[in-house]
Amino acid sequence: MAQVAADLDGGFELLVRRYQHDVFTLALRWTANRHDAEDLAQDTFVSAYRALRRYPAGQLASLRPRPFLLTIALNGARNGARRARRRPGWVPLEAGPVPAAPGGPEEEAERGRGGEAVAARLAAIPERYRLPVVLRCVIGLGYAEMGEVTGVPLGTLKSQVSRGLALLREAGSSTEEVSP
Amino acid sequence: MIDAPTLAVLRAEAPPGFTATVLDGLGLGDEWVTAEGPAGPLFAAYNRWGVSFVTATSDPLVFVERFWLHFDRPLHPAARPPAGLLRALESGRAPRNLRVDLRGLSPFFQAVLERTREIPYGEVRSYAWVAREAGRPAAVRAAGTALARNPVPFLVPCHRVVRSDGRVGHYGFGSEMKRAILAAEGVDLDGLEALGRAGAHVVGCASTGVYCVPSCRAARRISPSRRAPFPSAASAEAGGYRPCRLCRPAPA
Repeated sequence: MAQVAADLDGGFELLVRRYQHDVFTLALRWTANRHDAEDLAQDTFVSAYRALRRYPAGQLASLRPRPFLLTIALNGARNGARRARRRPGWVPLEAGPVPAAPGGPEEEAERGRGGEAVAARLAAIPERYRLPVVLRCVIGLGYAEMGEVTGVPLGTLKSQVSRGLALLREAGSSTEEVSP
Repeated sequence: MIDAPTLAVLRAEAPPGFTATVLDGLGLGDEWVTAEGPAGPLFAAYNRWGVSFVTATSDPLVFVERFWLHFDRPLHPAARPPAGLLRALESGRAPRNLRVDLRGLSPFFQAVLERTREIPYGEVRSYAWVAREAGRPAAVRAAGTALARNPVPFLVPCHRVVRSDGRVGHYGFGSEMKRAILAAEGVDLDGLEALGRAGAHVVGCASTGVYCVPSCRAARRISPSRRAPFPSAASAEAGGYRPCRLCRPAPA
């Protein structure tokens, strides 16, 4: 962040390059497809840039970029979902199961490791468990950073993660019973 | 069985070109121009921080390919190329106020390139000279690496840095092009190599008592009868000579 503080326009490129995958990963778990995820991730960085422009220089250096960006992404996802409920067209994840992924190399890899099934189960658990699980287990945030994104105390986050994982396991065993 | 490691497979990568699209949306991309340089066609990219990339090619696709090897930024043809940049590319003389974008390079690499910019047109300096001017006299090899990574050749004239023995040494676009550019600038390469072979690294003027690097414009004005070659700055000093203030042949 020191670079961003010294020169926003110059440092911002590094910020995008470094955190694009984290933001995109979160976006992908909060939207129905890669296309919407890409839009959301891009909007996130554009909003972040505008927010950083207005940021007091003294505070910029101590800003933690990952929670900052993920918070913006999450707000964007929630606003998008709200818009979609009012005006259909934008498909939030809650509307249905993960659609059959178009054959990109990453979807291929995700399918190969059973990712698609995991993603569908993850999409089905309530948001208050899903968010901590995604932040902790998919993106790999520490609890302090998770606290900044969610505004939830540490102890609660820990129990939400373990409850979320338990829900995923239950969902997993029931699908396994159905499938031959 | 679902646990934390299983979930890690859901970690995704942003699509290729993502950074470029974001920067483009914010107007943070680069524009490019092409110009006929002294030793052939050149392409240059620039942005609000200055000139970011220069390469010697006649093929726009080769230029774009090389740019993308280094940068993940959008690239557009310039609507209105800055006149100063075109003049600098065509003449091989970059004015001091022409800004170059060296973001992303280490402070030492930046220092090496900034000092290299100070080598005047038509003169050369050694890798050791550049390392010393950049503040790390022992880092001669690292200075060579910095020059090899110079994103803006011609404008930061890395071709004006040669070996201490007077030979031209390596160049990103080949030694032949290095010789051609230096010859076009009027550098007496054969003379410098001959001096190097004779073991002379600095040249003194018997009338003024000043010694210079051999290609210094002051050194070129010394009449043959007053010319005193020395193997090193130390031996020139021992002979009662003082270093030239223009070419700084020895540590201050």
